[in-house]
Amino acid sequence: MTILRRAISLRLREALHGYGFIALWIVGFSLFTLFPLIETFRYSLHQVTVTAEGIRLDFVQWANYTRALFTDPNFIELVIGYAIETLVSVPIVLIFSMIIALFLNLNFKFKGLFRTIFFLPVVITSGPVIRELTAQGATSAPGIANIPAVAEFIAQLPRTLRNPTEYLLTSFILILWFSGVQILIYLSSLQKVDKSIYEAAAIDGASAWEAYWKITLPSLSTANIVNAVYTVITLSHFSENKVIQYVYNQTYAVQGGIGYASAMAFLYFAVMTVLLGIVYLFLAQQAKRERN
Amino acid sequence: MQTLRRFNPDWLKSLLFGSRTRSGLVFVVLIYALLIAIGFVYLYPLLFMFVTSLKSPSDLLNPMVQWVPTEFYTGNYEKAYRVLNYPNTLMASILVSVVPSLIQTFVASLVGYGLARYRFWGRNIALLLILATFIIPPQNTVIPQMLTYKEQGLLGSPWALILPAMLAQGYKSAIFILIFYQSFLSLPKVLEEAARLDGASDLRIFLTIAIPSALPAFIVSFIFSVVWYWNETFLTSIFLEGGVTTLPMQLSRFVQAYENLYPPGTVNIFDRLNEAVKMSGTFLNIAPLLVMYFLLQRWFVESVERTGITGE
Repeated sequence: MTILRRAISLRLREALHGYGFIALWIVGFSLFTLFPLIETFRYSLHQVTVTAEGIRLDFVQWANYTRALFTDPNFIELVIGYAIETLVSVPIVLIFSMIIALFLNLNFKFKGLFRTIFFLPVVITSGPVIRELTAQGATSAPGIANIPAVAEFIAQLPRTLRNPTEYLLTSFILILWFSGVQILIYLSSLQKVDKSIYEAAAIDGASAWEAYWKITLPSLSTANIVNAVYTVITLSHFSENKVIQYVYNQTYAVQGGIGYASAMAFLYFAVMTVLLGIVYLFLAQQAKRERN
Repeated sequence: MQTLRRFNPDWLKSLLFGSRTRSGLVFVVLIYALLIAIGFVYLYPLLFMFVTSLKSPSDLLNPMVQWVPTEFYTGNYEKAYRVLNYPNTLMASILVSVVPSLIQTFVASLVGYGLARYRFWGRNIALLLILATFIIPPQNTVIPQMLTYKEQGLLGSPWALILPAMLAQGYKSAIFILIFYQSFLSLPKVLEEAARLDGASDLRIFLTIAIPSALPAFIVSFIFSVVWYWNETFLTSIFLEGGVTTLPMQLSRFVQAYENLYPPGTVNIFDRLNEAVKMSGTFLNIAPLLVMYFLLQRWFVESVERTGITGE
């Protein structure tokens, strides 16, 4: 009996100490995440007016949402553009960072220098810097976007294809710049692969090409998912993202206001979650197939 | 005849295409060529920025001058320095990124330690919610915070960034909590248990044993935190507007600030705002980060290995 009670009190003590360590987070999460999230949702159902003595809320049901979805000519277009751009960028980032990681996993001199170069953008990428560079045309794939034939070709494309292609050409380097962390994640997964598996495969007569598809790629499937999710989130949170800027501008606009901006923020969040889901499910499926 | 006999084709073949033990020359050259080419494309925006920032107005107009300016012209930097109000904004940026980072790193380590070392009800829920905070876009939570700060008169003061950091809700806090969670999880428990038997309190164990043994996680978290706070403009433009002005904030209103200093109608044509001045401003903006990166690059590029954040 006493032993049992002692065991319980020990566990209780451990739990209490654990809560002690995360107490700050519990308070912070409620104050700075949960409460504002609920509050933002409440705003999204109201017409919010900021007056001198505080804010006034007029309940409008789902009017802000229907306005964003059916009346606003810009919002839906921006969101569709964002979704397409993200779905175009994620594979590019993944493939590029995987190629670079495979290179950096080889043994050669100045490896550290190249690793330093490919991680550099993570350190310097901020909204205003990217805006200035894009404005000067410094982020486009050098030369390609300026060739008249290419411009001609793009102009011929139907609109749904034209926008992503244009985005791809004008922001090609920018997309690559989002690969820094992903390269490191791939690299660390590559280094965890047991070298003896490659030796065994080589003895069995497997070529380097076969070894890549049969050994390397399957062992990167977890890193694939981590990287894809990370890429979607970074792209979606980036302050130069057009949807984010639109929502931000609407917050202070006379026509829009806080209520409308809140509704759009939630719609955007929903779209982002769907994108995350698509990317995750696709890669998880892929990983499962490779394992079998 | 003799030279032909001495010439060993196998030797040449292994030199060029490699053997079982070492890679061949063709392969090595190919790798360097590819990496240099990709590296050039990758750094192209930076090179472009740097070269453009050194061009004098006449170089800018001269179509012959592409990559090498005809003179070493620093006039753009002098202008950008004044327009950015560099000493003030630089100090503001340092303050606004270093102070919250210090606090955020420490608090995140506390939370990560609690989650990694103690078993209690709701631990997995907490981990899940931390992941969720990483996903929630900032604009879904920022407006009520802004309104509360406004009520309390904190809008525009650094406290608007420090307060959330104190409560583990700073910028990207979730990542740092997970970094600490991972690294404490992988540390052996033996020392802590020994200390506990000797009667040390939990907080003391954390401060004297856990912190020193997780030092890499602390350094990595701190430097990444500084970099991300430095580059953050969405939150700063909402929380600090009208108060503190950071470097990126000043850069984003560069044109306006330039025209205040050099009114367009009154200055001569060479003092009009051109892309060289803008690029100088951009370069001044990232220069402190570049210095930091090249001093601490080991910690940056080995961060993933040192903290084991991928944690398969």
